[in-house]
Amino acid sequence: MRCSPARWITRVVVTTVVLAAGLGVAALVAAQDKPRYGGELIFVVPSEPPSYDAHREETFGVIHPMAPHYNTLLRTDPLDRTGTKLVGDLAESWTVAKDGRTYTFKIRKGVKFHDGSELTSKDVKASYDKIIFPPQGVASDRQGQYGNVEAVQAPDPYTVVFRLKFPQGSFLSSVASPWNWIYKADILAKDPRWYEKNVMGTGPFLFVEHVKGSHWVGKKNPSYWDKGKPYLDSYRAIFVKDSAAQVAAVRGERAHIQFRGFSPAERDSLVQALGPKITVQESPWECVLLVAVNHEKKPFDDKRVRRALTLALDRYQGSQALSKIAIVKEVAGVVVPGTPLATPTAELEKLAGYSHDIVKSRAEAKRLLKEAGVPDGFSFTFKNRGIPMPYEPVGVWLIDQWRQIGLNAKQEVVEAAAYYGQVLRPGNFEAAMDFQCGYIVEPDLDIYKFQSKEISPANYSRYTDKVLDELYQKQTHAQDPEERKKYVRDFEKRLLDDEVHYIYTLQWHRIIPHSAKLKGWTITPSHYLNNQLDTVFLSE
Amino acid sequence: MTTYVAKRLLLMIPTLIGVALLIFFLMRVVPGDVVELRFAGESSFASKDNLDKERARLGLDKPLWRQFLDWMGGILRLDFGVSMWTGAPIIEEIRLRFALSLQLAIMSTLIAVLLAIPLGVIAALKQDTWVDYVVRIFSIAGLATPSFWLGIVFILLLLIVFHWLPPLVYTPFWVNPWQNLAQLIWPALAVGYRYSAVATRMTRSAMLEVLREDYIRTARAKGLWEKLILSRHALKNAMLPVLTVAALEFAFLMGGLVVTEQVFNLNGLGLLFVESVAHRDYTLTQALVMLVAFVFIVVNFLVDLAYAWIDPRIRFR
Repeated sequence: MRCSPARWITRVVVTTVVLAAGLGVAALVAAQDKPRYGGELIFVVPSEPPSYDAHREETFGVIHPMAPHYNTLLRTDPLDRTGTKLVGDLAESWTVAKDGRTYTFKIRKGVKFHDGSELTSKDVKASYDKIIFPPQGVASDRQGQYGNVEAVQAPDPYTVVFRLKFPQGSFLSSVASPWNWIYKADILAKDPRWYEKNVMGTGPFLFVEHVKGSHWVGKKNPSYWDKGKPYLDSYRAIFVKDSAAQVAAVRGERAHIQFRGFSPAERDSLVQALGPKITVQESPWECVLLVAVNHEKKPFDDKRVRRALTLALDRYQGSQALSKIAIVKEVAGVVVPGTPLATPTAELEKLAGYSHDIVKSRAEAKRLLKEAGVPDGFSFTFKNRGIPMPYEPVGVWLIDQWRQIGLNAKQEVVEAAAYYGQVLRPGNFEAAMDFQCGYIVEPDLDIYKFQSKEISPANYSRYTDKVLDELYQKQTHAQDPEERKKYVRDFEKRLLDDEVHYIYTLQWHRIIPHSAKLKGWTITPSHYLNNQLDTVFLSE
Repeated sequence: MTTYVAKRLLLMIPTLIGVALLIFFLMRVVPGDVVELRFAGESSFASKDNLDKERARLGLDKPLWRQFLDWMGGILRLDFGVSMWTGAPIIEEIRLRFALSLQLAIMSTLIAVLLAIPLGVIAALKQDTWVDYVVRIFSIAGLATPSFWLGIVFILLLLIVFHWLPPLVYTPFWVNPWQNLAQLIWPALAVGYRYSAVATRMTRSAMLEVLREDYIRTARAKGLWEKLILSRHALKNAMLPVLTVAALEFAFLMGGLVVTEQVFNLNGLGLLFVESVAHRDYTLTQALVMLVAFVFIVVNFLVDLAYAWIDPRIRFR
């Protein structure tokens, strides 16, 4: 086909303009993605640190405002959405001995504490000794997680060695825990509780002030070991408890972000109000609501009844409906979806209650109830925790689902603060809502609670299952990722299908709408991860 | 008069002891404790041994009578101890929030009084006219509108119409008056309007009652100037119930603005109160209850003294 000169010239001009515009946009995008120095990041935090010592606390209210003052030995890659890729923080490199029991970490040289002194392996050892072997009178919240560590050694100023009692596939994840801030050995030697009221780390930001109930301020550490970082001049964390006030703060551009998460309705209102000024990042959340079924109460001691309870749930329809109004979405097993050890959908569908054929599942549930001697169903009390989001909508959904197979559940809401002490721990329930939330994506943490009640104080279904305990041990000892994956799957099948000790509802869904000016921050499945702020910058 | 004042001051002591007993034991009746909440809430790893050690550190393992006596001993020395949740001295926790709560209570009370007295007087003078009806509708609307809801409306209006939001962080008045007022005027208006409604209705009915008194009729018969009758004879006497209402509201505002503080993100005593109860922070809750009780008692006492000044017919026995 021939082309006239005029048409040819038009085509050339149009192509040139389009290309130029494209290049212009690309250049603009590139310029926006290129880190820019300066500015103050303002974020709201819905909780506040009770003390300043991360080794003893368990609220994200400690992590969000304070993590920028510290480093850990390893960390999760701040650009990795799965939150599973480990990179060195204070550790430059690491090796694992062939027997899987000795981990050797080489510490970076030239890392300075905020008082100007140099960090050495002595500081790493002292910090881990405080976490794993706390002195008298010092609380260590996650001490139990390191029961496998025999000793921590510092053979030279830049080498730290962890000796384990047995090989542990999850050990590297354990040292990437966002709680394990490295403190200064000399300070800990004088007063192991000094860090409860003071701040002094090696992190990208220096401590400026904390006004209780109001705000926390940090400023750039000019001597930070990672040259060129951080990009921000400072950050300001404002403590805002009320969720409407948090949304108003972002909407009124008084804050750039809230790092924990907003509800779908809050996301929609921000997007509607701010349009292109807001960016939304979403991810499956490393938190899930579970139903603890008390094995010591009849008829829940019968696994056919428990199986009927899970078969009644139409998780896919629930996901569609609930994800519009609550912070739940993904249908998942024991590992957060989208991460390497998560169960693929096809495999998940084989578990009881995970089939797309809900009619068949519910017919099977009714058959099981008949077989268990309760053909007309029965009534029971379902205890729920007095927290509106997402406990309330998920609780209502569960009751409706159980009604479909003739079970009449009456919901009893118990005040949040008294819930664990009055309901779950003493076993004062038939079926009750339970909660599991990890600070890092790691099966060891995700499934620890499901071991027999003699091992796990958080096994609120109150059962003993030696097979499950054995599977836990096998997966934790496995060095080969594929072998570990297999044991995790076996564990999952036994927990959720064969025995139905616990019932998983829907995975939480993390929604972070933030100012479009905020760059260099990537959402992860855990709101405890990626809060060092060293890669974050403001484009304007 | 001196005897009366001395008696009233002495009566404060058993009242405060009663409050102390009540709050101390009520807190212990509520299920859960600070250690449970802080270390064992959702954690799979907290051991019972660690929890017991923490309880011992906080003195929660001692018998109740011993804990009570220790606490009372501290109060006598003006030592309220440390917060069980944060470990910070309680005086420091309260000091940080006191200025904001006091300023907000003063501003709200002022707004309430400035609205209530003129409106109440006008409504009484123009009884059963359209003016009276407008004032009554205005005050009934105030009674029916929770101040936190009005606060939310203020915030939304400011956001949607002016694309502006009050500052999120408190700045003391003496540091930056503009910043301070930009933050506090909105909650003060929301709360002040709510409380003006009560005071308006109280002023109106008190004025109506006083205007029908014999001495007002006498003053009018003597040919006194109407404005003088109203200000010197009627209003002054009608102020007694209004003063009581305004003063008690002020005392309540010192620790009772929980939801309004949440809506405007104010770091005040109300929010601290709720959090201390939610955290089962016994020491802090007890101290806050004692503080509010003390403010109530003192305000009541001052109101009683003011009665004699406003109405010389009242004599203390």
